[in-house]
Amino acid sequence: MSVDRKTVAKIASLARIKMDEEELDRMVPEFNNIIAFVEQLGEVDTSGVEPMTAVIPQALRLRDDVVDADPLTGGNVREKVLANAPLAEHGFFAVPKVIE
Amino acid sequence: MSSYRIHGTTGEWEVVIGLEVHAQVTSNAKLFSGASTEFGSEPNANVSLVDAAMPGMLPVPNRECIRQAVRTGMAIEAQINKWSRFDRKNYFYADLPQGYQISQLYHPLVGEGQLEISPDEKNPDQTKIIGIERIHVEQDAGKLMHDQHPTMSYVDLNRSGVALMEIVSRPDMRSPAEAGAYVRKLRSILRYVGSCDGNMEEGSMRADVNVSVRKPGGELGTRTETKNVNSVRFVMAAIEHEARRQVDVLEEGGTIVQETRLFDPGTGTTRSMRSKEEAHDYRYFPDPDLLPLELDDAFLEECRASLPELPDAKRKRYIEVLGLSAYNAGVLTAEVDTARWFEALLAETAAAQGKAEAHVAKQAANWLISEFFGALNKVGRSLEDSPVSHAQAAELLALIGKGTISATIGKQVLETMFETGDNAAAIVEREGLTQQSDSGAIEAAVDAVLAANGDKVEQYKAGKEALFGFFVGQTMKAMQGKANPQVVNEVLKAKLG
Amino acid sequence: MTELTNLGVRAIRDGVAAGDFTAREVAEAFNANVAAAADLNAFVIATPEKAIEAAEKVDADRAAGKPLGSMAGVPIGMKDLFATRGVQTTAASHILESFVPEYESTVSQKLWDAGAGMLGKLNMDQFAMGSSNETSYFSNVISPWRRNDGGNAPLAPGGSSGGSSAAVAARLCPAATGTDTGGSIRQPAAFTGITGIKPTYGRCSRWGIVAFASSLDQAGPMARDVTDCAIMLGAMAGFDPKDSTSLDLPVPDWAGSLDSDLRGKKVGIPREYRMDGMDAEIARSWDDGVAWLKDAGAEVVEISLPHTKYALPAYYIIAPAEASSNLARYDGVRYGLRDLPQGANLQDMYAATRAAGFGDEVKRRILIGTYVLSAGFYDAYYTQAMKVRTLIRNDFEKAFEECDVILAPTAPSAAFALGEKVDDPISMYLNDVFAVPASLAGLPAMSVPAGLSSAGLPLGLQIIGKAFDEQGVLNAGLAIEQRAGFTAQPEKWW
Ligand SMILES: [Mg+2]
Ligand SMILES: [Zn+2]
Repeated sequence: MSVDRKTVAKIASLARIKMDEEELDRMVPEFNNIIAFVEQLGEVDTSGVEPMTAVIPQALRLRDDVVDADPLTGGNVREKVLANAPLAEHGFFAVPKVIE
Repeated sequence: MSSYRIHGTTGEWEVVIGLEVHAQVTSNAKLFSGASTEFGSEPNANVSLVDAAMPGMLPVPNRECIRQAVRTGMAIEAQINKWSRFDRKNYFYADLPQGYQISQLYHPLVGEGQLEISPDEKNPDQTKIIGIERIHVEQDAGKLMHDQHPTMSYVDLNRSGVALMEIVSRPDMRSPAEAGAYVRKLRSILRYVGSCDGNMEEGSMRADVNVSVRKPGGELGTRTETKNVNSVRFVMAAIEHEARRQVDVLEEGGTIVQETRLFDPGTGTTRSMRSKEEAHDYRYFPDPDLLPLELDDAFLEECRASLPELPDAKRKRYIEVLGLSAYNAGVLTAEVDTARWFEALLAETAAAQGKAEAHVAKQAANWLISEFFGALNKVGRSLEDSPVSHAQAAELLALIGKGTISATIGKQVLETMFETGDNAAAIVEREGLTQQSDSGAIEAAVDAVLAANGDKVEQYKAGKEALFGFFVGQTMKAMQGKANPQVVNEVLKAKLG
Repeated sequence: MTELTNLGVRAIRDGVAAGDFTAREVAEAFNANVAAAADLNAFVIATPEKAIEAAEKVDADRAAGKPLGSMAGVPIGMKDLFATRGVQTTAASHILESFVPEYESTVSQKLWDAGAGMLGKLNMDQFAMGSSNETSYFSNVISPWRRNDGGNAPLAPGGSSGGSSAAVAARLCPAATGTDTGGSIRQPAAFTGITGIKPTYGRCSRWGIVAFASSLDQAGPMARDVTDCAIMLGAMAGFDPKDSTSLDLPVPDWAGSLDSDLRGKKVGIPREYRMDGMDAEIARSWDDGVAWLKDAGAEVVEISLPHTKYALPAYYIIAPAEASSNLARYDGVRYGLRDLPQGANLQDMYAATRAAGFGDEVKRRILIGTYVLSAGFYDAYYTQAMKVRTLIRNDFEKAFEECDVILAPTAPSAAFALGEKVDDPISMYLNDVFAVPASLAGLPAMSVPAGLSSAGLPLGLQIIGKAFDEQGVLNAGLAIEQRAGFTAQPEKWW
């Protein structure tokens, strides 16, 4: 199945990647080549086959409900959280104003 | 039950309501990180590197969050899925650091359950079953603040990653009252279970309200979803407004757009949400950072064993074992805090009077509902921060029960207890309020009253028996309310022949 | 004294421990090589002071008689996909160009704890997406190898761990970390004549490694030989409660248990890997491998992996799907690049930031991933791919009823020239045709050098093992290494 330019543009917008006309011109055929390549999978009879859930079969571990048990995954690290922010003010990340 | 109908120009309309309630799971730490869930902290203080979605950060689930959701599922008699999974819901927003919310679409933790509601508080026996489709566990989003800067919104991720249960009802409700009763009942159960504090003002419980209208019994109409409504009153108001709006649109020949709307508490109206207008494609898929969640029998048994007596069972017991009226049982079991308080009071009252609980239950229940709640109301307090403890209240009830003071004096004592915090016995002693059963004193008072009201005595004897109450009142007044009313009655009856 | 930069992990560690030389001398020697190899562009950033600092600590510990770690005194290169506290971590992208993490990845922390030091952060394919290291924002890595045709065409070091492979091959470091999502350790190792192992999925914690495709990503060592890989893997692996997919298993003493005697072992040769039009030199090298393993005592059996053909297409659905979601966090809000055009709203900012911050291959894969997950296509693409993935794992499980390890080529060709395949994504993807099946099945797999092509370029052989059986893989690798007698080195031109 061939994907048209409008669809690729829509996908790019869904993925929040701005693409100009020229970039779309380049992307559409590449996109279609890859889609054509992966569509070989349609040949495989997978009736009765379960989709893989865990590559190495194991169950999910659950952790104890303890605050800041491991400093690497705990809170109270605001300076670290904000250290790389493009724009932070008064302890917040700042973004262009959102109208809800 | 009379049906709720919207009267339009083309006839009557029925409203169909389904609710998706987001309830914050009571836990110390977040669903997938060790950061605290505490409310009201400094901005971005309760944020871990995981919550901020730093590169390479990974989620590890909190057992307690899973446990509480399972217990909640058990409380609504739902199917618990021993095998569930987390999925990613992908979308871009500034309150969603990962660019996806970890949620459960394909295999939720809790399957179908149900809730019994009583839409009419005056009529607790009139009930309706509301189906619950599922409960899944997911991450809360952060918060955007729009009014702190002229051109910027500020992002606070403190709530980001806090565990939520999304409790999805079937579209089984047909009136704002039913929806209100559903939210109240659900909140009550969550509080009983202890899986959510149900605090709607702080946002730990909020409802997405799905509303559509149709001609009674007709095809389902297109629904709108009004997001994040945060009080029972607002849920009811949002439905009322939204149903009316939809009827008006349809009757003017328009169509209902399936859309997300926002409730404005100020005006009581709903409006379309501009920012969410774009059609969503969430691209759900199983979160590859997490494995399937498999629950073993021991875990489930612990969840079940730790469930408290739930409101429906409690209400039944109050009626059948304690002999309370259906109304009183309903009032006392509606909120777990009330029931707990009542049960503590009951135990202490029974002990103080050396009687079985069933023998003092009515007294305690009546007194709590008609006297104590009224007194609390007057000072604008709730049971939780009541200035009078249940032990103090039990002492007061014992004084009344043993006849040391009259019920009337009891009210007065309670008032003083609220003002001073003193114990009932101390107040009675200090103010000399002990009931007089000494017939000599009472006889003297009765004699004085009868002497002073000769004309009324004549009328009484001539057949105006209603005057008996007047003589009782006058005697009590003369004795500052301290006379034992039974003795007063007996003496009066003897004297008036 | 041998030139220190010719020594591998074990030789350096043992030499430091024995007092033959100091860790500081080693670090200085490698720092010098790194500084002199700018032409290779293998490093995104050099951190000579970090290497010295770690070395001095080891020397001090040794002087104090303290026990030394398994990597004590060994300076290494760190693929720039691992978060390193205080040192830029870019994933070779523009979007993370300025990112300096406040945390250390579990794997790198384990290496520092074992006494290793950091020479610098290694170049790579952007977000580990690529097979030639041509997608880096910081320009191509050039392989130290050249064809013997005198043409001096710059060659690809393989990818995505191309900086790692080039740096080890060129003696800029004795070993380096790599990550392997669909062959990104093995293929570059094969292209540059070094050894690299991807362990069982879950052996090495993914915590702190910039994610590409979560269900596939695995870290592993890249080094001069099998023993060095075994030592370094031992330092990298281990249970991490911060990673839900981490294996809660003890780490075996792989290095101490190395044994190239393969008597009683069966080696499977997958029929389906012998594809039509297979490069004759690759086929010959594979035959050499069979002979060497037989010589080591193994019995060779033919096996079948019937769904091999579908591994690449499944991979090119699964990996982009996961990537499209994993890379959504690069949005210009909390870290990294922000492009905020005049008058842009939040969503415009996202689109502009991501357009400016991601390279073409990354964009391509995000779009493919977004598409295959989108409404109406999810089942046909993603679910089907995950079903095929189950079939591929079943293929291996069945095959391992008949053999202990599997022998196959690592890549379908020797290193190609830079620029040769950039315009044709599919032909680039086909480079990983032999590597991807083991990735999809989460199995341990390694590449060892097996000889030179007629053009004078290294060829690699791949050994795939059962889940958790890194030892079997390493042992078979050692048997090949001992018989291949691979000693070739790129001639220094940089
Ligand atoms: Mg909703
Ligand atoms: Zn939700």
